[in-house]
Amino acid sequence: MRRSEAKPSPATVEAAALNVASPAARLSTRDLARVASVGLRTRRLRAGLSALGIAIGVASIVAVLGLSSSSQAGLLAEIDRLGTNLLTAKKGQSLTGAEAQLPLTAVPMVDRVDAVEQVADTGTVDDADAYRNPFIPVAATSGLAVQAASLNLPGVIGTEVAQGEFLNAATAREPVAVLGAAAAQRLGIDRVYPGERIWVGGQWFYVAGILEPAELAEEIDASVLVGYAAARRYLGYAGVSEGEPTIGPPSTIYVRAQTDEVEEVQSVLARTANPEAPNEVDVSQPSDALTARAAAESALNGLFLGLGAVALLVGAVGVANIMIISVLERRSEIGLRRALGATRAQIRTQFLVEAVMLAVSGGAAGVVAGVAATVVYASTRGWSAVIPPEAWAGGIVAAVTIGAFAGLAPAIRAASVSPTEALRTV
Amino acid sequence: MLELDAVTKVYGSEPPVAALRGVGMTIRGGELVAIVGPSGSGKTTLLQIMGTLDRPTSGTVRVDGADAARLDDGELAALRSRSIGFVFQQFFLAEHQTSLDNVADGLLYAGVAVDARRARASAALDAVGLADRESFRPNKLSGGQRQRVAIARALVGEPAIVLADEPTGNLDSASGAAILELLEGLNDAGATIVVITHDRDLAAQLPRQVEMLDGRVVRDATVLRPLL
Repeated sequence: MRRSEAKPSPATVEAAALNVASPAARLSTRDLARVASVGLRTRRLRAGLSALGIAIGVASIVAVLGLSSSSQAGLLAEIDRLGTNLLTAKKGQSLTGAEAQLPLTAVPMVDRVDAVEQVADTGTVDDADAYRNPFIPVAATSGLAVQAASLNLPGVIGTEVAQGEFLNAATAREPVAVLGAAAAQRLGIDRVYPGERIWVGGQWFYVAGILEPAELAEEIDASVLVGYAAARRYLGYAGVSEGEPTIGPPSTIYVRAQTDEVEEVQSVLARTANPEAPNEVDVSQPSDALTARAAAESALNGLFLGLGAVALLVGAVGVANIMIISVLERRSEIGLRRALGATRAQIRTQFLVEAVMLAVSGGAAGVVAGVAATVVYASTRGWSAVIPPEAWAGGIVAAVTIGAFAGLAPAIRAASVSPTEALRTV
Repeated sequence: MLELDAVTKVYGSEPPVAALRGVGMTIRGGELVAIVGPSGSGKTTLLQIMGTLDRPTSGTVRVDGADAARLDDGELAALRSRSIGFVFQQFFLAEHQTSLDNVADGLLYAGVAVDARRARASAALDAVGLADRESFRPNKLSGGQRQRVAIARALVGEPAIVLADEPTGNLDSASGAAILELLEGLNDAGATIVVITHDRDLAAQLPRQVEMLDGRVVRDATVLRPLL
């Protein structure tokens, strides 16, 4: 044997320089994608099942975020429709704890405020209860209140007449009632027909109409509404003005203020309604309650997001598991690739990218499923479907991260497989 | 093309097992060499060291002029992708790919664009007589045809040397003979080929035979081929 180091030929030196100077070629993105998807393409069922865990996790997270956004958007649209400029002033309690009264002048006084657009009012007739007919036991009031109402009430509180008509100048003087949505239900009246009557305060009242639910004034729903004049004449709800008996005092005043003046109106409402005892008036903004509900619903999501995160974690374990098995099974492929000239880094990248692809395909399917669930559910509730960008982007980013983490250990393991051992296994 | 000098390989440490005990050998361009020996003689270890899949415990390996000991993993990989072609007893073909793509993968890590890979793969398949099987998957091919695809994959990069480990081991005798004939033909066309086998009869048909026993070369004979 001749020793070649002793006197290398010029050709040998040149060739050596050539080899050393040109390290391994990089795979193009397209080649990398093809190589990394081998496992997914050849073992589809397995890839699909292991991606399913990620898909479920991402889908639940996207759906939870989508549904809560959609329901919030629905609620806000509702609030928008109902208006945030409704204020109510109710009779409160005096300092001694006794029930206070609003003065008879409260409504015209409030109406005189510049920024007030509309004023309606109701007066609770405490002495009267409403029944389906005279044979109902007196105690079975169904929690219904009898209220005297001003004629513009539905427009101001933002509700409509579902059936029949509201009170008018004529019917307000007669024994005629209009039922709130809940009141109609509790009295067992779902349709208004001529001659329909109910027993109010020991007397028949004809039913003129039924209202739609009033979201901003839920107390109206459980009320039987009559005219102030009728309340005075038939139910004895009366006040005294300048020594003369007159219609009863209001107990709740509904105020529509100019939208940009709501706060100002709110601040002067109590003083205007009852200048002598402003502290005996409770002023509130009903849309606040809806806004608070929107916030409360989003708080519930934490639980479901947590469940989604658990599903994602389980999915990640599944991906890692499948990748480890894949590396064991594909030792000969790894050995062959090394023999064909793949570097350790290229093998590592192949398996890492495969894990990421697996997780991302699951994540993408999850996003689609989550969006579909949101769209379907939102449409059944009449909301517009809102998918916050952070929901689907977050889902994809989570999938990439999970794939990278779950694939890291198997990829390192694949790269450390010795080609000689890999090729020996049959 | 390939030079080995005083190559030893010891596996494990407790107790150490010496697979190669000082092998020296030079294979020149255009040779067709059989390395023959019983199992346990170290011939597979020798092939792996020749192919730079494994590093020797001591001694030097020069492939295509480059000293393998001085190259890092990336450079060794590049060397394999450019200068060495492997043929295995088990073929190691990708079942989900056509013959053409299997052969083209021989150039995957050599930095050749996909169109060029396929063009060269087509030519290589033609050279092993499988031009009409380009779109077949391995499961539609006979054993002999599969080994031809594997040989085409080893040759597609026009490596300095082709190392074939028991290329006929999984084939019936007729297919084996045809593969041997193919290797001879390719050698005539200029390829340097090393065939590792335990089959003395097969080795006897090749022009140079290196006999291994217990990690040593016990015979290195070149038979002049009779001119026909």
